[in-house]
Amino acid sequence: MLNIKELYFNYPQSDFQLQIDQLEFQKGKTHALIGPSGSGKTTLLNLIAGISIPQKGNIIYKNIEINRLSESERRAFRISKIGFVFQDFKLINYLSVFENIMLPYRINTRLKSDPQINDRISTLSEYAGISKYLSKYPKHLSQGERQRVAICRALVTQPELVLADEPTGNLDPKNKKKILELLFKYCREKNTTLITVTHDHELLPDFDEVIDFSKLLVEDAT
Amino acid sequence: MRSLILVASITVIVYIPNGLEKLITESEIRMMDRATSTPLIIGEKGSSTDLVINSLYFQNEKLDPVSMLEVDELNNLSFGYCVPMLTGFNARNYPIVGTTLDYMKFREMTLNEGNKITSLGDCMLGYNVAEALNLKTGDHIISSPESFFDFAGVYPLKMKITGILNPTNTPDDNAIFTDIKNTWIIMGIGHGHQDLADETDPTLVMDNKDGVVTATAKVFMYNEITEKNKDSFHFHGLQKDFPVSSMLFVPKDEKSLTILRGRFESGEIEAQAVVPQQVVRNLLNSIFRIKQIFDGVFIAVGFATLLIFVLIMTLTIRLRKDEINTLEIIGSSRFKVVEILTMEIAIMFIASLVLAFLLYLASGYYVNTFIEKFII
Repeated sequence: MLNIKELYFNYPQSDFQLQIDQLEFQKGKTHALIGPSGSGKTTLLNLIAGISIPQKGNIIYKNIEINRLSESERRAFRISKIGFVFQDFKLINYLSVFENIMLPYRINTRLKSDPQINDRISTLSEYAGISKYLSKYPKHLSQGERQRVAICRALVTQPELVLADEPTGNLDPKNKKKILELLFKYCREKNTTLITVTHDHELLPDFDEVIDFSKLLVEDAT
Repeated sequence: MRSLILVASITVIVYIPNGLEKLITESEIRMMDRATSTPLIIGEKGSSTDLVINSLYFQNEKLDPVSMLEVDELNNLSFGYCVPMLTGFNARNYPIVGTTLDYMKFREMTLNEGNKITSLGDCMLGYNVAEALNLKTGDHIISSPESFFDFAGVYPLKMKITGILNPTNTPDDNAIFTDIKNTWIIMGIGHGHQDLADETDPTLVMDNKDGVVTATAKVFMYNEITEKNKDSFHFHGLQKDFPVSSMLFVPKDEKSLTILRGRFESGEIEAQAVVPQQVVRNLLNSIFRIKQIFDGVFIAVGFATLLIFVLIMTLTIRLRKDEINTLEIIGSSRFKVVEILTMEIAIMFIASLVLAFLLYLASGYYVNTFIEKFII
């Protein structure tokens, strides 16, 4: 479903470089990316999402070569196919919970013709246990509740691929479990692919596949 | 809060020069209308501005009076007719204008309700006075003592309201009109008191020789003129010596006006005659010179505000970098981000302009207050 071939990426004026010969993510599976800090896990998520472009190699999603898309095509790809969950939630404080979940529809006209949006927000918020907070603002919510809002925002567009960058990094153990369960439940029900960067090794047994970056990376990138 | 402060700042910067412009323009129109409709004002020599402002706007500045003799003399010249005015008294903070019914005729004032003044002690209220004080025909209004330290000169007089005038959008709406004799009574030149002809009480009568009675301060003075006591009201002295603040002169034609002005200018007539139009024009020219300074200040302040606005928007974008970044990661186009930011700025500008426009419209209602408080 998602194939990465002979990928090479480095940031300008930086020693950092990411080189992957071959990596494949299966549709509907949950994948954990683990590895030391600075090894390029988040960079890989950005490359898959088309936020960054590799200098060499291909990232192919269902026959679409993401790295060959134009800037606007990559944005359109991102908003229509990908749901993003961040460690620091990235909610917009002056928008209500409902407006935050609705945000992808507000910022991209391609999604505006969806007539079931309100029903879906209602269902998702019930699903995530935040339906009573829809009219509240992020500052009134706990960390765990904020991450649920962020997950609802990521899932509201019914993405085929969910990219989560340390989604449990700011949460207590109880909330970590709940958040991950929420993501797993949704992805398994909807046959959605989940790629999660995590440092929480105790959560790894729940994933279908664990990819260790320290073993994956090509040692001599030159 | 940041947006509200910005909206308020832009509103003030946009409104003040425009609102001031409107207030001054409207004030100029109204003041010139009032001045142009008054051909000549005559009064004692002194400040021509005070004479005009007092006669047109009934301000409380005391003018050195002329006498009724001069009114009679001018009338006898047959160049037109004089409308005497005696001002300087108030009732509940509204000026009392002692005059004759010729004033109504000259200003083309009409009654909204009731009748014209017919008897001593009657008065008519300007439309705004009646509205503000909630008074109607048949009610009474008492003149205020001019000063607590001027017991000898000014007596409160309870006047009966016989009519309410129609609105004219001029200072006449804010005045109380009465016969000039009533203002002389308020001044103490005329009064009414209990009959002392046959009184022998020594606490009331100090002397009674050949029908000339000298009364004591204990004598009861009437402060209201009624059917029952009106015959007791009388004036001391000759009417020709009684004071008049100023007079409006209504010439029968342009030639008469020119001849009369010539007599004033040659010193043949000692009093001062001024053309209100010229005095008001000079006054407004001074205001316009000040306004030009204000205009310069507002341009500078407006430019400074614009710079501050740009600075605030730049800092805002910097502070919202994370938010903008989130929008882009989710999939927003750059155009959409720019659109959102532009919309926010546009909304603030439009809100400011709408507020400034509403204030601008509202300014029209305060022209008379502006004239009274800041121009005259």
